[in-house]
This record gives sequence, structure tokens and C-alpha cells, in this order.
Amino acid sequence: MLMIDIQEMTKTYRLGGETVHALRGISLQVKRGDFVAIVGPSGSGKSTLMNMIGCLDRPDSGSYRLDGKEVRTMKDDELAVIRNQKIGFVFQNFNLLSKLTALENVELPLIYRGMKVKERRTIAYECLEKVGLQERVHHLPNQLSGGQQQRVAIARALVGHPPILLADEPTGALDSKTSKEIMHIMKQLNEQGHTIVLITHDWEVAREAKRIVRIQDGELLEERGEFVGDSSIH
Amino acid sequence: MGILPSIKMAWRSIRGNKLRSFLTMLGMIIGVSSVIVLVSIGRGSSEQVTSQINQLGTNLLTVNVMNSDEVKLTVEDANKFRELSGVKDIAPIVSGRVSVKQGAALAQVSLIGTTASYEAVRDVNVSSGRFLSDIDVEYRQKIVVLGATTAQTLFGFGDPVGQYVQIDGTSFKVVGVLASKGGSLGQSGDDVILMPLSTAQRLTKTMNIQTVYIQADKASDVNLVMVGAKRLLAHLFPNNEDSYSVFNQQDLMETVSSVADTMTLMLGGIAGISLLVGGIGIMNIMLVSVSERTKEIGIRKAIGAKRRHILLQFLVEAVVLSSCGGAIGVVLGFGVGQVLKSVMGMTISYSPSVSLLAFLFSLLVGVVFGVFPANKAAKLDPIQALRYE
Repeated sequence: MLMIDIQEMTKTYRLGGETVHALRGISLQVKRGDFVAIVGPSGSGKSTLMNMIGCLDRPDSGSYRLDGKEVRTMKDDELAVIRNQKIGFVFQNFNLLSKLTALENVELPLIYRGMKVKERRTIAYECLEKVGLQERVHHLPNQLSGGQQQRVAIARALVGHPPILLADEPTGALDSKTSKEIMHIMKQLNEQGHTIVLITHDWEVAREAKRIVRIQDGELLEERGEFVGDSSIH
Repeated sequence: MGILPSIKMAWRSIRGNKLRSFLTMLGMIIGVSSVIVLVSIGRGSSEQVTSQINQLGTNLLTVNVMNSDEVKLTVEDANKFRELSGVKDIAPIVSGRVSVKQGAALAQVSLIGTTASYEAVRDVNVSSGRFLSDIDVEYRQKIVVLGATTAQTLFGFGDPVGQYVQIDGTSFKVVGVLASKGGSLGQSGDDVILMPLSTAQRLTKTMNIQTVYIQADKASDVNLVMVGAKRLLAHLFPNNEDSYSVFNQQDLMETVSSVADTMTLMLGGIAGISLLVGGIGIMNIMLVSVSERTKEIGIRKAIGAKRRHILLQFLVEAVVLSSCGGAIGVVLGFGVGQVLKSVMGMTISYSPSVSLLAFLFSLLVGVVFGVFPANKAAKLDPIQALRYE
């Protein structure tokens, strides 16, 4: 069963009068329960690809089927529903709302789902427990360390039980020790059955994944892992 | 997402920026409270004037001579009004201003020279002593009846009845004191001195009657009497319509209350403009808030907020801001009204409907001026918003 099925996806946008071909016919398949790392330097088109996978944007051409549904033809509000139900985002700079406590931040996706207070509070609390922050539920983000903030962000990504976890440089703003902790959590989540797509420029981090895909100049150059044959690591 | 959590969320964000929120609300507070205070003052003065006019009696007509050189109304002429159909009684008036002395006390008061019928026509009462009688007028008695304020000015709290006052060097015996009646339209009803018509004519050295009060049998006869009085005057003084006037209390009341209503409307309108200005302040701050929180909007959208969620969030915030301001404004308006009433002695008449309207208007202003910034926030592109620092 394919979780992500991207066929011949292209995306161009205009930047200061110049046309940038961010994606030039990319195809990518991700199975349920997979752990894929997409690696590439800045300007390679990996941010654009992540926006596409995350349903924040629509491709110009090609198709993108997420969990069996075609995304390209969806309207903005339909995309919002998909983001809410199918995707859990983990960002490089955590992107927590600074005025809300850890618990309230984690609750947020459920609020937009229209869930009742009691129910969502219980679920949010369970998720924070899962990432080991049950002691800090009522702290504001600026009262937490970077690693703790990222764990709150992971809890927020998990709270709606999305089939895909999309992590954009999740360790980019952390020191190596906390990075290892976060990657450990990621691996654990993958073992529990979560499909994870990890976007990074760091090969050390990418190596933790089951499968590595490289992107350069808007094209997927090679893949390594158990899915597609093997290839050397740079 | 329900309304209640939205309001809670809006309240948190308002509290997060206390000073700014307060300053924004200030526009609404001032707007709503000034509407309430100004309308209350307008209504208060209108009611005061109306009740004063009502005190004069609704079946009363007044004939005023404005130009006494052209129109010389004698006592005989005045008595002709009594013959008109529907007339119950009349009271001719010779008036002037005199200074009254009693010992060291001196008072500048209005002099009213009239007859015994004045008591019934103008519905005045004596609190002590007696009123003027027909025989006083006939024999040109040097007696006076003091208005309540005049009596107090000249005699303090002592009883003036039986005592004497000096007017232009002549002694007059005080026979009575009027009960306090309050003033109306610039002429205080208590700051007067009454004396027999004939005595006043001699004192002011004029035979001309300046005013005739005509009392109709009943309120429904007022128009009939008015027509009769005008015809009589036209007969007595042909081609001199501009030199005298006949009016009744109802006409006067309608004129005065329409003036007062216009004034109230104008005051309310001016205050309403400040509400509008307050609304612009809210829009301004909401626009700032949207651009400050672009990142937050991006995060919310990435997590799955639809357009209407973001729209609702900012709209609710604008409405909460404006309605909080409105509610504080209502309280402040009533407070200021009370202060004006007790400290400055103004007549205040609160209007619940206008207060409610001002509050609802503040709500409306929140919605109208909140829609534009909220829509701007809702339309933000999530990718751009997420990248915003």
C-alpha cells in the first residue's frame, strides 16, 4: 500500500522576474510504515518538495496521491483538512505558538477538528507523555529547552494520529546530543508504525532513516535503501 | 471551532497586549460614553423644559405685546378677552424690573402688576398670608405679594407677612408669600414681586398692558379661544400683526421639544462620529496584529486551520475588543452622568434604548472594521506566512 505516490511532479515559480524550476518531473513512492530521508543542499528544491508533500502547495503538473487521494485538484480548504488529518508537521525552528502552553499547542490540531475540550485534552496529555514531557504540560515554549520544544512539536504532530510525519530539518536547531534524542524518538515512532518523511541536508541524520533519497536541482538523483537497490553514500 | 473557545482565545491575545488593547478600546470607550452622556443631557434638558411648560397649564394662552408704541393695550381692551367664548378668566399684566429694599437687603426682581384672577389663571398658591384681591386693585393699595426667592432674599427665614419693603422710596406692605414654583424659560417664577395692577401702573408710569394670560374653559377650547383672541386683536389694532403675538403652551411645548430633539440628535451624532473614529483605531490595530502574527497564522494553517477559522479568530478578536470598549463605555457614561447630576446639578435623563444602541453600534463597528484585517489574515499563503520572521 503506497502512502505517497508522486508521478512526474513539476513546479515552477517566479522569483524576481526569473522563472525557477524548483521541481523538474519528480517521481517518488513511499510505503506505509517507511522512514524516508530526503537529502539535498539548499536551493535543491527540497523545501518545495516538502511543501508539496505537506500539501501546503499544489504542483503545476504531474500527480500526487496521498493515502489514495489526488491532491493536485483540491481547493485550499480541502488541503487544510488533509493537512489536519493526514500530516503531522515537525519544523526546524519548532514553530510553536509562544503564547500557548505546551498542552494547548499540542491540542491545536484537534481544536480545528472540532473535538470536545475534555477529549482533546486527554489525547494531548497522552501525546506529551509519549514524548516524556508529562512534567511540563503547562509550561510556555520559552520556558522549555530546544529539545523539549521539539518534543512538544512532535507531540503536536502526533496528536491527530496522522498517517505521515513530515519532519523538516527537525534537528537543525539542536545540539548533537539533543539531536540524537530527537532522532531516537523518530525511530521509535517509525517502529510503532508511523510513516516518516525526513527532510535534511545532514547525512548523519539521514543515515538514521531506512531509505535515503537525494534531490538536486529539482530532480531526484538516486535512492538508497531496502526499497530501491543500494547505492554509495557520499 | 465554537464561538466560546474563539472568544477565550481572543481574550488571551487581548490580555497579552494590555496597554495596546486598552488604548485601542479607549476610542470605543470615549465614543460610547459620550453618546450616552450627551444624549442623557439633551433628553434631560428637554424633559425639564417640557415639564416647566406643562406646569403653566395646558389650557393657558398668552397674549404678548412686543411693540408697546404701536399697540397700546388698555385694561378695558384686556377685559374684552373675557367676553370671548370658551374663556374662563383672564389676568392682565403690567411688568417691569424693580429693586426692592428691606433694611440692608436689596433684591433686583421682576415686577408683576396684576389682578386677583392671576392666582387662578396661572395656578399659583400662597404659602403664607393672602393673594391680591379685587379691592386692592380698585383702591390702588400699596401692598405686595413676594415670590419665594424674593422673600428669602429680603427676610431670610423670618415671616415677611405684615412687614414692609421699599420700592423706589415708597413703602409697600407685604400681605403674602407665594409657594415656590420653579422657573421657566428664563423667567424665574420665584424671583418676583406681585402687586395690584393699578399700583404697578403708577409705579412703572405706564397704562399699557404688556401681557394678558387667558385661561380657556378646557384644553380642547384652546384653539377656539386662540382664533377669537387673534380676531379681537386684529379688530383693536388693525395692520399690526407683528406687534403682538398670541400663543398657547402646547405650541410652545412642541416648538421647544422639537428644538431639544434636534439638539439631542446633533449631540448624539457628533458622539457617534467618535465611535466611528474608534472603529478605525480598531481596524488599524488589527492590521498591525495580523502582520505581527503572520508566522502564527502560517503555523495554524499548516496544522489544518481553514480560512474561516483564521477569519473567525481575528474577527472575534476585533469584536471582543470593541464590545469590551463598548461595555466599559456604557458604565463610564452612566458614571459621568451621575457625577454631572450630583456635582453640577444637571438634569440627566438616561435613555436605555440609546445606551443599548450605542453598545450594539460598538459591536457592529467591531464587525465592520474587523472584517478587512481578518480577511487579510485568512487569505495569507501558508508557505509565505511560515517563512515570515
